[in-house]
Amino acid sequence: MRRLLRSPKIVVGLCLSVVFGLLAIIGPLLAPYSPNTSVSTTNGTPLPPSAAHLLGTTQVQQDVLSQLLVGGRSTILVSLVAGLAATVLAVLFGVTAGYFGSWADDGLSMLANIFLVLPALPLLIVIFGFMGKGTNPNDVVIGVIIAITGWAFGARQLRAQTLSMRARDFVDSAKVIGEKSWRIMTFEILPNLIPVVATAFLFTVIYGVGTYTALSFLGVISTSHWSWGTMLYWAQSAQAAQQVHLEWWWFVPPGLAVGLFGTGLALLNFGIDEFVNPRLRGGGTSGISGRRARRAGLPRRPQLGLTPVLDPARRAS
Amino acid sequence: MSGATSSAPSSVVGGVVNADPDVLIEVRGLCVDYGLGDDAVHAVVEADLELRRGEVLGLAGESGSGKSTLAYAITRLLRSPGVITAGSARFAGSVNLLSAGQRELRGLRWNEIAVVLQSSMNALNPVLSIGTQFSDVLRAHRPGMSRADRQARSAELLEMVGIPADRLSSYPHELSGGMRQRVMIATALALDPSVVIMDEPTTALDVVTQREILEELMALRNRLGFAVLFISHDLSLLAEIADSIAVMYAGRLVERAGASAIFRAPRHPYSLGLLSSFPALHGPRRAMEGIPGSPPDLRNMPSGCPFHPRCGYALDRCRSDPPPLLELDAGARAAACWLQDGRVAVPAELARPAAAPPAAVPPAAVPPAAVPPAAVPPAAAAPEAEPTGGRS
Amino acid sequence: MRMMSRRITLYILTAIVAITVNFFIPRLMPGNPALAVLGRVQAQESKQAIAALELQYGVQTKTGLWGQYMQYWSHLLHGNLGTSLNSYPASVGSLIRDALPWTIGLVGVATVISFVLGTLLGVAAAWRRGTWLDGLLPAMAFFQAAPYFFVAILAVALFSTKLGWFPPNSGYDTTTVNPGFNGPFLSSVLDHAMLPAVTIVLASIAGWIIGMRNMMITTMDEDYVLLGAAKGLPSHRVVSYAARNALLPSVAGFSLAIGFIVSGALLTEIVFSYPGVGYLLFTAIGSDDYPLLQGIFLIITLAVLLANLAADFVYAFLDPRTRQEA
Repeated sequence: MRRLLRSPKIVVGLCLSVVFGLLAIIGPLLAPYSPNTSVSTTNGTPLPPSAAHLLGTTQVQQDVLSQLLVGGRSTILVSLVAGLAATVLAVLFGVTAGYFGSWADDGLSMLANIFLVLPALPLLIVIFGFMGKGTNPNDVVIGVIIAITGWAFGARQLRAQTLSMRARDFVDSAKVIGEKSWRIMTFEILPNLIPVVATAFLFTVIYGVGTYTALSFLGVISTSHWSWGTMLYWAQSAQAAQQVHLEWWWFVPPGLAVGLFGTGLALLNFGIDEFVNPRLRGGGTSGISGRRARRAGLPRRPQLGLTPVLDPARRAS
Repeated sequence: MSGATSSAPSSVVGGVVNADPDVLIEVRGLCVDYGLGDDAVHAVVEADLELRRGEVLGLAGESGSGKSTLAYAITRLLRSPGVITAGSARFAGSVNLLSAGQRELRGLRWNEIAVVLQSSMNALNPVLSIGTQFSDVLRAHRPGMSRADRQARSAELLEMVGIPADRLSSYPHELSGGMRQRVMIATALALDPSVVIMDEPTTALDVVTQREILEELMALRNRLGFAVLFISHDLSLLAEIADSIAVMYAGRLVERAGASAIFRAPRHPYSLGLLSSFPALHGPRRAMEGIPGSPPDLRNMPSGCPFHPRCGYALDRCRSDPPPLLELDAGARAAACWLQDGRVAVPAELARPAAAPPAAVPPAAVPPAAVPPAAVPPAAAAPEAEPTGGRS
Repeated sequence: MRMMSRRITLYILTAIVAITVNFFIPRLMPGNPALAVLGRVQAQESKQAIAALELQYGVQTKTGLWGQYMQYWSHLLHGNLGTSLNSYPASVGSLIRDALPWTIGLVGVATVISFVLGTLLGVAAAWRRGTWLDGLLPAMAFFQAAPYFFVAILAVALFSTKLGWFPPNSGYDTTTVNPGFNGPFLSSVLDHAMLPAVTIVLASIAGWIIGMRNMMITTMDEDYVLLGAAKGLPSHRVVSYAARNALLPSVAGFSLAIGFIVSGALLTEIVFSYPGVGYLLFTAIGSDDYPLLQGIFLIITLAVLLANLAADFVYAFLDPRTRQEA
């Protein structure tokens, strides 16, 4: 477990994720203003950051920082719900398909493949578009709907892993003892799938953030429902990036927030990947750290077909 | 990097190795580690080896004994984190394999030294046809050959191993295990090398195919005259096809002798144990004994002789002093065992008379005529015959 | 070829699912939203137009659900995607037909560049581990996580507004140039396509680089690569032994990625007001133009399925093991 923490990728990823997690919980409490309040109605130009508005204002004089903090909770919550729901579906469908095989596997695999191939964003646009902008669905509902399009990837990974586990001895012995199928799946197979489940979860959360932000940016989800995507929608409508005096404080914070949140999760994912597959760890001669190699006079990069030979003068005693 | 170590062969004159034209590969005191520094694993320790022209040298040992590591290290094909930490390896007396650069090695590879890997399924590139994998080699080393010439040569190679030439366009997954291994052998012989290193080439095959392939291999060897370094854990197999055998244990060479000599009259307790593990097809029934215990963890080697915890004949001395390779029978064979240093009585099982002459003579069909090793004092191990008990 | 027939079955099934979903969604939503829109449109359009729309959305019709479903299919097979509400009387088909070439050009070229460049960089990153290329990875992780349109906005801000190198929107300069096969038009198109294309490449390349690098690292451990070195082959040939095999999962993953890339490209178009399908979609959302919305969904789905099919063919070509007539 401690080895996990030694990888810089995991540490950075963990820090970022924790920061954003906290943001989701206490963010709106920290906001100095309400995101909807227009501080003044006369000025039509966004104001740059100042003491009163740490991240400046929008075109209608709303505080950007407040929008960021309030919108953060919605964005992060939706992504987490999407990730959770999708992972539950993935485990259910993936492990069942892998364990039972034959027609259950064929059917569920075909279902998963269909959902994988179907382009998610256009489908979600149609769904949310028809839901109407009048209705204001809450974050959990949005998350679940997004999860419906995002479970297939994790399901495929889990099915593959379950298939290889099913052939192993400990499953056979459990069957011989007479353990019920659902018990075998839950207590014998599932614990071994934790890394895959973790990766699938993180991947789907990243997918959720991207998708939710995109949907808000498109205006398909009610634009009065504050999220980072919504901020970008308004910024784009006001052509904030095309103005001569770049209104960077309006569009950089929300975009950066999404990017950093996603990066934190992706780094965590890399870290888990490297932990599970040690060959991916680090660069340079596997098993010989770059420093040691250099001290011994060996080339830092291993070359295939050129096994290094220690110079007798530098041979370690 | 100077290749000479303190244990110089007896034919050294003034520090320059006087090449015995028959010795193709000469290894002295080779040490190979995995990793560097304190937690390095010593996979091969002080190995001495000689491969003569046309000879079949068997390298025997359990998995983890270092036999593959030794072979790959000699050809610089050992993968990371392998490092060669000491010793020398020469080809044809003149090429220092350990200090050669990429270009020099490339010139040698396949031209002179070819390799047959263990698992043919993994060793053949799955996305290229057999023909392409042949012509790759030809194109890299014989740039003058035209496309037609390459085709012809590839077809010739396939027929040499008994596969119809129309299989050139097949892919590896379309061939059976035996056919794939034959393709590997044919590829190895593409440039008429003088040395072929075979890493357990038949282990992954069924017994019947194993026999067929070995017979074909020996026939090819008689015809083309290449030397073979045959790595295997199957001592009885080696006894049949090898001229001489070297036994390795825990990274050390523990016995070296002619094939029939080892088979009939082993001198090292480990070799004796290995031989007792195989039932004889003929002869009186006898109880099979394995070797008690298990091979040592290379990171946690026992003191003194690495075999002593499992040895039924261990002396007190064996626990503290690792025995060097001691020469026996006027240099015709060697064993790394204190029992053989002349100070104690040798147990009867380890003193059987070898029914055949001490060292096997390579088959007469092989050109050029090889000098029987008994007449030439073996270059290896001469100074180590003194039981100094220390490593040079 | 068994693999190909399974894939084709999948695509046909997916198309059927997409079309069926498209048919049912308006009818499933609470208070048929089409009704609201129809109400808005009532005043302007002819009786026949309104009747057609009612039929499309199953409003006040005597045919049962199944009948409507069959009619829907028959319309589709005749290429009739309905009439746009916002741009009445333009048909959905004609609107999409005008916008599609822009999107295909942009996405097609950008995706190919991204894939080729990403794969090559991945091979380099794996073959030469322990060099500066390893430092690329965290930066790539960020670009992969940042939404396409954010990268687009950044690109506009930096390269257009600040540096003035490229125009900030449109497909070509509508004021000075005439469409057609002439020099000024083509160069204007190129000029305007630069930033959107760069955005798509930047946002998607990370996946290829990382995927290829990881696969190469695993492949380089295989015995056949060692044998390649043992054969004394030149370095580039040994690399290709590994790369040809490591490429396979990337191509297989291409099918997965194409959906994301298309979605991302659509969003990019919005930022640049690029006259493609994405921008059309955006206006459709804004004006509640449901027929157009649904038509775009269908066309995008079909395009993605076709791209998948193409990728599958390429995979079968690259991996001889799939050609087994088992």
